[in-house]
Amino acid sequence: MSELVRIATTGSVDDGKSTLIGRLLYDSKQIFQDQLEAVEAASTKRGTDYVDLALLTDGLRAEREQGITIDVAYRYFSTPKRRFILADTPGHIQYTRNMVTGSSTANVALILVDARHGVLEQTRRHSFLTSLLGVPHLVLCVNKMDLVDWSEDRYEEIVDDFRSFAARLDIHDLRFVPISALQGDNVVEPSQNMPWYRGRPVLELLEDLHVGSDENLIDVRFPVQYVIRPHRNEYQDYRAFAGSVAGGVMKVGDEVMVLPSGFTTTIAGIDTYDGPVDEAFPPMSVSLRLGDDIDVSRGDMICRPHNQPTYSQDVDAMVSWMSETSELRSGAKYAIKHTTRTARAMIRDLQYRLDINTLSRDESAGSLALNEIGRVRLRTTSPIFFDEYRRNRQTGSFIVIDEATSATVGAGMITGEAA
Amino acid sequence: MPNYQLSHLDALEAESIHIVREAVAESENPVILFSGGKDSAVVLHVAVKAFWPARLPFPVMHVDTGHNFQEVMEFRDRAIESIGGQLIVASVQEAIDQGRVVEETGPRASRNRLQTEPLLDAIDKHRFDMVFGGARRDEEKARAKERILSFRDEFGQWDPKNQRPELWNLYNSMHRMGEHIRAFPISNWTEMDIWQYVRRESIELPSVYFSHRRRVFERDGMLMAESPYLTLIDGEEVVEKTVRFRTVGDMSCTGAFESEATSLDEIIEEVAVSRITERGASRADDRTAEAAMEDRKKMGYF
Repeated sequence: MSELVRIATTGSVDDGKSTLIGRLLYDSKQIFQDQLEAVEAASTKRGTDYVDLALLTDGLRAEREQGITIDVAYRYFSTPKRRFILADTPGHIQYTRNMVTGSSTANVALILVDARHGVLEQTRRHSFLTSLLGVPHLVLCVNKMDLVDWSEDRYEEIVDDFRSFAARLDIHDLRFVPISALQGDNVVEPSQNMPWYRGRPVLELLEDLHVGSDENLIDVRFPVQYVIRPHRNEYQDYRAFAGSVAGGVMKVGDEVMVLPSGFTTTIAGIDTYDGPVDEAFPPMSVSLRLGDDIDVSRGDMICRPHNQPTYSQDVDAMVSWMSETSELRSGAKYAIKHTTRTARAMIRDLQYRLDINTLSRDESAGSLALNEIGRVRLRTTSPIFFDEYRRNRQTGSFIVIDEATSATVGAGMITGEAA
Repeated sequence: MPNYQLSHLDALEAESIHIVREAVAESENPVILFSGGKDSAVVLHVAVKAFWPARLPFPVMHVDTGHNFQEVMEFRDRAIESIGGQLIVASVQEAIDQGRVVEETGPRASRNRLQTEPLLDAIDKHRFDMVFGGARRDEEKARAKERILSFRDEFGQWDPKNQRPELWNLYNSMHRMGEHIRAFPISNWTEMDIWQYVRRESIELPSVYFSHRRRVFERDGMLMAESPYLTLIDGEEVVEKTVRFRTVGDMSCTGAFESEATSLDEIIEEVAVSRITERGASRADDRTAEAAMEDRKKMGYF
């Protein structure tokens, strides 16, 4: 069985990110002849002396004209064991918005450092965002080992340096690989030049990371998306509640509670087009039939009676601001979309703005502008059912929508109920 | 401890079903575009799954260039009838007859670009505010940058530089009267995923995807099917070959290639070793300029 794994990678051409991705794609045969020829021709036309793989996905006219990646570029590759979705973003601070977006769904973050330069401000920033967005695995690739004479001492120095920094972050699974993306050492094949490294090459690591427990399998959470009523003769009284499992393992016969009504009932059946199943877990899309005829609608949350999410109108969250045209300020009102529920919300207080390079807090900040991140206290017009983001990325996240422009202007990660 | 892990096809399907349900729950009047190609067949299949045992709660729209493969038209009618769906046809011929679009002339004339106008007219006329399509990010570089829920202004236009960030599985479908959203539930699927899924789910496809004998002529390195819609240029010669199509669009811009693959197993084997992308191999419409697709999309194309 081949599993789906989502990778977020970020960085600039200088640290060899494009070379690494190019190797992963090329060696797993995901770059095609006509694409390669087009990219080679475009690179030559621009006068670059290397094949710029960004041109593969930087398809927008403005991107090619300015030679920049505006956006998250999604690339796809696979091995017999896994199918990968790679969200590739530029690494500069003005692309924080894109990095946050790319990391939001990732199982693993791939971060590169140049062995000559070691851990830089950019490395720390990327690692912090990885931790903030709750990416469960981080692989730090120490690249350009060929330029430091394949030195084990240099590698260990960088590993130690990074470990001491990462201790301040919330990173569960941290791996290191010394590589040379250019020469292919430890990318797909083990390096002949670094016999002292006993670990595996990058691709093997990506294939073997244990992603099975990345989802929360403990707290049952089922945000109701859609009520299915067939109006067909053979399904006269059929009524089921469709949604994606956002946490826990749901089994037929389980006692469940529906919020906000608080009614309890049992799971009478878990239906799919392919037939009923005995249990459902994230990220399955299923329909639940309930044992009692109770009122349930979109936006409701199904959970276990003794394991409920927090139910509140007052929320504390880290918010990443994404609007080019407006700033977040205390007193402003927005719409927020949280699971399948949309509510209006008022910013009660911007508690601090975080300097994402130094992690220092500016408590005097009056606003959050594009690419800034801060801690915000907000109050919603109707209660939402949430968990802390670090416990559940589905029920702990929300997006902020500007009602005047309908634009998505922010992304929130809930830290808890506000006092 | 049991293994709570989905296969990649199950995970992709679950994501697509989630997107379809979300988009339908948050719109007034959805519609699904159906070309008869493999991608639209997969989107339709996923949409049916999303609402089962209820019938598909919205109609199916075909933008008909009038230059279709007969096999594809028959497949279209069969596929929609089998799910008890309702078909709406937006006709390019009608738009030409009414003088709203002008037919291209010359031997390379194609009705592909003319589809945008009747599509937008139909969206307007039926007041559709959520329009499902089968675009995938791996197939074309302008599509690689498009959102799963992609906003269109009152002129049906796409603004690639002003797109809504998409995080987690939270989609912003907010729009006003006259604006609409294009939804692409299989954005994250690759050509290989599509074929594997078609095989697993036994999804019927038009016969032109499988190897068959056909009278063709060579143009721009592609084999074009002989048809009343294409005029031969000097030196072009019709010959009979064993071919199949890798994508299915308008007859005037879809090329075939020589292939002996008559089954899904053989097609999957062929796709696995192919070194050319499906659009590079078979779509004249994307060859015109480096940004051909982006320019069409900005105007409201799918």
